Amino acid sequence: MKFRTRAIHVGSKPDYTGAVVPPIYLSTTFVQPGPGDWGAFDYSRSGSPTRSRLQEAIADLEGAAGSLAFSSGMAATHCAMGLLPAGSHVVAGCDMYGGTYRLLHKICNRNNIEVTLVHADQANHIVDAIKPQTKMVWVESIGNPLMSVPDLQQIASITQKAGVLLAVDSTFVPPCILRPLELGADIVMHSATKYFGGHSDCLAGVLSAKTPELLQELYFIQNATGSVIGSLEAFLLHRGIKTMELRVREQSHSALRIARWLESHRSVKKVLYPGLESHPDHQRARRLMGDQFGGMVSFEVAGTIDTAKTVCKATKLFGLAVSCGAVESLIEQPATMSHASYDAQARAKAGIHDTLIRISVGLEDPEDLIADLDQALALGGGA
Amino acid sequence: MNWPLDTNKNLGFGTQSVHAGEARQKPNDAITDSICCASTFTFESTESILKYLRENQDREEYGRYGNPNEKVVERKLAALEGAEDAIVYSSGMAAVVGLLMCKLSAGDEIVFFDQCYHRSREFCVKHLSRFGVVTHQVKTGDMEAMQNAINSKTKMIVSESPTNPHLSVIDLEAFVALGKRNQVETLIDSTLATPYNLKPIDWGVDYVWHSATKYMGGHNDLLAGVICGSKEKLEPVRKLRGILGSINSPHNMYLLERGLKTFALRMERHNHNGQKIAEFLENHPRIERVYYPGLASHPSHAIAKKTMKGYGGLITFLVKDADWQATAAIIDRCKIPRIGPSLGGVESLIEQPLVMSYFDYPPEQRAGFGIHDNMIRMAVGIEDTDDLIEDLRQALEAT
Ligand SMILES: Cc1ncc(COP(=O)(O)O)c(C=O)c1O
Ligand SMILES: Cc1ncc(COP(=O)(O)O)c(C=O)c1O
Repeated sequence: MKFRTRAIHVGSKPDYTGAVVPPIYLSTTFVQPGPGDWGAFDYSRSGSPTRSRLQEAIADLEGAAGSLAFSSGMAATHCAMGLLPAGSHVVAGCDMYGGTYRLLHKICNRNNIEVTLVHADQANHIVDAIKPQTKMVWVESIGNPLMSVPDLQQIASITQKAGVLLAVDSTFVPPCILRPLELGADIVMHSATKYFGGHSDCLAGVLSAKTPELLQELYFIQNATGSVIGSLEAFLLHRGIKTMELRVREQSHSALRIARWLESHRSVKKVLYPGLESHPDHQRARRLMGDQFGGMVSFEVAGTIDTAKTVCKATKLFGLAVSCGAVESLIEQPATMSHASYDAQARAKAGIHDTLIRISVGLEDPEDLIADLDQALALGGGA
Repeated sequence: MNWPLDTNKNLGFGTQSVHAGEARQKPNDAITDSICCASTFTFESTESILKYLRENQDREEYGRYGNPNEKVVERKLAALEGAEDAIVYSSGMAAVVGLLMCKLSAGDEIVFFDQCYHRSREFCVKHLSRFGVVTHQVKTGDMEAMQNAINSKTKMIVSESPTNPHLSVIDLEAFVALGKRNQVETLIDSTLATPYNLKPIDWGVDYVWHSATKYMGGHNDLLAGVICGSKEKLEPVRKLRGILGSINSPHNMYLLERGLKTFALRMERHNHNGQKIAEFLENHPRIERVYYPGLASHPSHAIAKKTMKGYGGLITFLVKDADWQATAAIIDRCKIPRIGPSLGGVESLIEQPLVMSYFDYPPEQRAGFGIHDNMIRMAVGIEDTDDLIEDLRQALEAT
């Protein structure tokens, strides 16, 4: 069956009530058949019927051996980093979510884990950075916020040869467009807060593993550290997944239209969107993702940091907020918002300029969104 | 500050689905509305109660009269429907009961077109009659019969459009003209159309009724109903809801608001899947007849094409040379649609009206309603079109 059909039906087999939408189990503990004789569920940190159904659906959509749902994307990433022994080394793409940067440089470093940042869209940089202690390569399938597109296939062959794990944060590219496990990745992570939930109302993260062994290792860490998703969030997330393919298709369609429009706007210096022919990784993006590239678009305005600020503040439909992937469109300035946790130097080196603006395109009519950006850019006073 | 979208008809339907009716800047700067479970609302002082009463202030008082979550949904639905006001209820039936109990008194009469959701007919015939209200039914779409049934006691004329399960589409222009000519109010159950496809208010209809359980909620996980109309006409209806107590809950209202965010997208898919599947069925040798307004063979096709943007996900069809058991066997062989009542959710559902809704009626009466033994009603969801067609094909062709 196709993606959308599976998104609606997998994990929703009716229980004894016949309910077309399965009940929400809030129970934290489950009655056991006998001492030491465990039933399917024992304690809800270890698993619950509501979480299980959600994980079953996600694993099916990712083509994974299994999936695990967490209380946030960062909790999921932290769990994956739990695979790293003290003193090991990670190669990570520098076009990366600020929170992941912070986790690697300010939490993982406490275990003497060393990080090398590379431009992940240049696979040879990854080859050069791998050393004997390297345990994992971490890349985003579309980098945040510069929209670089690494060649996951090529990177997977590099990591396989080197015997290191390839983990992909695919938050910007949901599985209806791209399934990194099929391209050879070992772990795929999503901030499910974004496209999966899709309605800006549930904080969640997921990890999906290629093999049952890796899944077991991750599950052990999750259960031991405890940052699991709650049942109400699991319900909302599962509800969101049912419309994910429709939403993402519409968002990709609108984003491309808006990116093209921005490209022709005189106050816009540069537009970063993998769906644009002008994007340096466009051909690669087409090969990996087909004709959908998600709803995230970054662009640089002519002017200063204040021009970008003015534009962000002037929109009426786009909400001024971090996060992305939801029904309502958002706008933000990475330098002062999503990527403020980068060191200023690292930000400059990665090419995240002060005049950069990032938008997350929602489900509004694209014509309405273009009109809104048009009036905001005019107020920005760009020449 | 309220989002100025409610009145701005120039904005796209998708934009309105996401934003209309909501405050632009919400408490604590949250992007989504909070769920306000409070059953009662407090006043700062006696003075503030007096001010509330004297100035008829727009604020909450007690949960049976209203709560912030249902108000947002009401504003959103009114905007989408192009109506001045909307009142939300705990179910579609609660909505129509709330309206009719308000508008009709002993001695009044009401006329229905005969194809309709069976419980709305049952409420009028069995229960409104106990309060001295007389219900007449005439053949669906027969304006002359409707005119003949109207007399000086008639207060309201009622129809579904499209009707359930025959998908007849009413000529709203003629229907409204009839109402105006006779000075009776008009009510349309627009559940199967939704404002994405049709806006009866634009045609001059007085009251638009929806089971919001269906396409509006869209996920088969809540019950709700709504009546849309002018502020003036709805004011006493809202007051009566406060007495009858059929308001919906804040949790449900949050889910409904959330469901409405993808309303435009879902409807586009329901329309697409509905049309494709109706065409597939019509061309299948095992099918005797398909009822779907998007097909040229449907008696309402011309009026549907003229007035509607699309025709939704509900399809009714008859299986050739099949008794009720052979028909049931096809349903039982389907793997994607689940067997169950209702419609309008992301999941496809399938049922045999004979078994599901009309089991208690004697055969002659069933036939009178146009319910045949070999009839199947499918509520097409938003799954992949080809998957649904393949599933129906195997169910029809298995031997
Ligand atoms: C690419 C990316 N990865 C990870 C995260 C972290 O996820 P969360 O905010 O759900 O913890 C985010 C979002 O903020 C993100 O955009
Ligand atoms: C056309 C139509 N009108 C009204 C209703 C009643 O709505 P509810 O079930 O929400 O009470 C239904 C559904 O059951 C329906 O299909």
